[in-house]
Amino acid sequence: MEVVRLRVNGDERACGVPAHYTLLETLRYGLGLTGSKQGCDKGDCGACTVIVDGRAVLSCITPVWEAEGRGVRTVEGLGRGTEPHPVQDEFDLNGAAQCGFCTPGILCSAVAFLERNPSPDRDRIRAALAGNLCRCTGYEKIYDAVEAAAARLRDR
Amino acid sequence: MSAKTGAGPAIATPARGTVTAPPSPRPREAEEELVRSPSENGAGRPVAGGDRPADHPNPGGAPSEDRPLAAIGRRMRKVDGLAKATGRARYTDDIALPGMLHGKILRSPHPHARIVAIDSSRAEALPGVHAIVTGRDMPLTYGIIPWTPDEYPLCVDKVRYIGDGVAAVAAVDEETANAALALIDVTYEELPAYLDPHEAIAATDGPFIHEPRKPGWNGNVTKVVKLAFGDVDEGMERSDVVVEGDYFFEGTTHTPIEPHCAIGLSEPCGKLTVWSATQVPHYLHRELARVLGLDPARVRVVQPPVGGAFGGKSEPFDLEFCVAKLSQLTGRPVKILYTREEVFYAHRGRHPFHMRYRTGATRDGLLTAVDSRIVMDGGAYASFGLVTTYYSGQLLTAPYRMPAYRFHSTRAYTNKPACGPKRGHGSVQPRFAFEVQLDRIAERLAIDPIELRRRNFIGSDIRTVNDLRVTSNGFPECLDAVERASEWKRKFRRLPYGRGVGVAGSTYITGTNYPVYPNEMPQSGIQLQVDRSGRVAVFSGASEIGQGVDSMVTYIVAEELGVPLEHVRVLAGDTDFTPVDLGAYSSRVTFMLGNACIAAARKLRAQVQEAVAEAWETKPREVLLAGGRAMRSGDTARNMLLREAFNLAEAKFGTLGATGSYNTPKDVHGSYRGATIGASPAYSFTAHVAEVEVDAETGFVTVEKIWIAHDCGRALNPVLVEGQMEGSAYMGFAEALMEEQIFKSAEQGRAGLHNAPSLLDYRIPTSVDTPALRSLIVESIDPEGPYGAKEAGEGPLHPSIPAIANAIYDAVGVRMNSLPFSPPRVWRAIQEAGREGRRAGAFAEEATSRSGGRG
Repeated sequence: MEVVRLRVNGDERACGVPAHYTLLETLRYGLGLTGSKQGCDKGDCGACTVIVDGRAVLSCITPVWEAEGRGVRTVEGLGRGTEPHPVQDEFDLNGAAQCGFCTPGILCSAVAFLERNPSPDRDRIRAALAGNLCRCTGYEKIYDAVEAAAARLRDR
Repeated sequence: MSAKTGAGPAIATPARGTVTAPPSPRPREAEEELVRSPSENGAGRPVAGGDRPADHPNPGGAPSEDRPLAAIGRRMRKVDGLAKATGRARYTDDIALPGMLHGKILRSPHPHARIVAIDSSRAEALPGVHAIVTGRDMPLTYGIIPWTPDEYPLCVDKVRYIGDGVAAVAAVDEETANAALALIDVTYEELPAYLDPHEAIAATDGPFIHEPRKPGWNGNVTKVVKLAFGDVDEGMERSDVVVEGDYFFEGTTHTPIEPHCAIGLSEPCGKLTVWSATQVPHYLHRELARVLGLDPARVRVVQPPVGGAFGGKSEPFDLEFCVAKLSQLTGRPVKILYTREEVFYAHRGRHPFHMRYRTGATRDGLLTAVDSRIVMDGGAYASFGLVTTYYSGQLLTAPYRMPAYRFHSTRAYTNKPACGPKRGHGSVQPRFAFEVQLDRIAERLAIDPIELRRRNFIGSDIRTVNDLRVTSNGFPECLDAVERASEWKRKFRRLPYGRGVGVAGSTYITGTNYPVYPNEMPQSGIQLQVDRSGRVAVFSGASEIGQGVDSMVTYIVAEELGVPLEHVRVLAGDTDFTPVDLGAYSSRVTFMLGNACIAAARKLRAQVQEAVAEAWETKPREVLLAGGRAMRSGDTARNMLLREAFNLAEAKFGTLGATGSYNTPKDVHGSYRGATIGASPAYSFTAHVAEVEVDAETGFVTVEKIWIAHDCGRALNPVLVEGQMEGSAYMGFAEALMEEQIFKSAEQGRAGLHNAPSLLDYRIPTSVDTPALRSLIVESIDPEGPYGAKEAGEGPLHPSIPAIANAIYDAVGVRMNSLPFSPPRVWRAIQEAGREGRRAGAFAEEATSRSGGRG
């Protein structure tokens, strides 16, 4: 066991982990943040996507030591208190989450993308989410949600 | 259950439901996309079944009422949408119990072998290993279909595919469990492996993959079905055109993003709890008790939210038996989570089908006869294969009228992972072949393919040639909708070379008319309970797999009792406190659970109306429940909060609660052997138009857009219906162009090894691969569906594949008869056809005409 220090959703956390742990394993099994999902364990599906220092990262193939001392945001940390992030709210309003298993990763990809690209068109949204597989929706409602959230964020 | 057995909140609280996010209604958008069928089953028609007793078991569905709808039909949030969007939904692998051990399953490296000996002593000696089980610890067979139980939780004397489970370990962590697997010594005696279904069938003297169920039978065959309706030979004889074709549908698999996961907990009192990502908690409950020799009343199955299933979690799997047995042995909770590779080997996906079709028609394009011969590659176990074999023929007889029809389907065992039900079970493959056949007939006869389909429309309120009762049918409106939205008339045969459009239609069942094990009990039940705060609890045994069933019952309760959506609490997915629902398969849930929910809510409503009427000294029917209040009809100033109304009712009748249930009507099919399989209380109908671009230089097909028109009866929440339509079309598109569940041959070095068991190599479409999808909802208002609703989850997958095939023909003039339409296949087809053999009247239809080559 080694102790790794991370800034997760604004909290300074220290966690004892085996040296080989990934960021995803640390979040899920070390810190109890089970929102980020394991779908393939090899970086293919994107369900484990979290935001590290503003960028979407596949946490299942990121050794936890690479995130040491950096700012990690997970699906649990996107909203403010009880208020969901506009992307989260629009996912709900638009039916963009069916089974919901890919949703945390897609939300993280979308939030990181919108923070850099506040006025994207649908094609750019589509390209930005190419690393996240969704097996339920056919993606249309996900684009609808991200578009609507982008508009809300611009109006803030 | 004793108080101390509750091991943390995961046990003490129900796995699903109790979500407090208030679902708020949204204004309906895209109103123009909702097409109401003007057919005689359309809106406003007095519905059948109105004279049926609304009491248990409520055959044929709850009668609709003639009043405007408040909650139903609006674009609304789901009850679990925010929980899923904020990471709070807890899936099976998100549950950690104190002292939990981790299990792993040792899998066969051979496609077909006898187990000579298993020595686990070295593994047992490894520190951190708590228990090891093998097939001999659970030596009873099971199978989802009671007539074909051919699987053991772990193999006992034979392995039948690479990946078959042989032993399972429980250890302190996954690493130790994996290390232990490597220390289990299994001695195998290899047997010849069958990878090709034709070879398996031909080996009538064995060696067999399974012992023949009866002496003299072929142990490499699961099921043969031969059925004929009408005089097919006479029909072919009087045909002006007979089209013949051979088709191959490659196997595909579900790949839900959530891998299978289960946790077992055996308590000192002998009670067993299994949490599992399953679509069928009731069937799992039964099989766990039977195979483990437990009193079923001491087995509990909990179903957390399921992270996608699509048919891939609709029967018991080895991990569920193993976590239960390992927990019994260790007294500790045990979790097994499949790796992604194991999910590919668990499979139960789409069967590869080898199909031959002959289709006859008059010169006006009216079908005369249809004849098919199908060989299905079933893999190592029966799974739902008996049903699949029937479905391969039975579900083709609508939406077109067929005067004569014959099918002959054989399901072979092979030494590969077992195939089973994938979205559109058993009927997606024949639908592909048949809709391409129709396109070829249209081409031969120079009839527009949409017009050809219209001419053959079977109608509503009819019996099909195989005696299935079809009631509501909005198929013509589906054709109209896609024709209009896609600008078909401007595009068909008029786009430049390399671009094309194609059309296809289909039908699908709304639930199977009978459960998988014969019984007279309802297919679905629900229980409502009201407290003094005005909160209505819904105890639902139905399986939430992302389709929105927990939301659906919330909308129904709000509709029937007038309570605000946020006053409804769904408590679901736990066999300890919910009535039985048979599971999320065969597109049965909305229709069956919805009707059960209406029945329960109306009983409760009647009590509330009676109590309030007494207080107001009026008649019960004068009391309306709506908008969170009880009101007097015609004098709405006379009203009270529903909470007060509920309190009056509780004072009068005692604690308030009601059950409701649904069972299917039994007069919806014929009486021949097999007539019940394919029978459903209602059928959905779909039409697609696909627009494609084909690069003739590379064979690369780009699907630009798919227009999806689907008759779902009534859209209880259009957002969710569109989601099902788009997700279905996406999955069909994926099968058409990209996905293949294929295995290496002996020549490739490892017979039976999965070719690509990862989400990268098994190419499921990303956002940039997926075409634009446009859903067009058609509502035919089914006479027996809840508020007229029928299924939407599986039907809309079917036409994607033939519509794309037909669009490729429109684009480059080649018929794609084998899936998937990958660049090498398309390129080769274009090369073989020759570039000049295309378009402008030069479409070379190879159909067998009446004058030559028939027979």
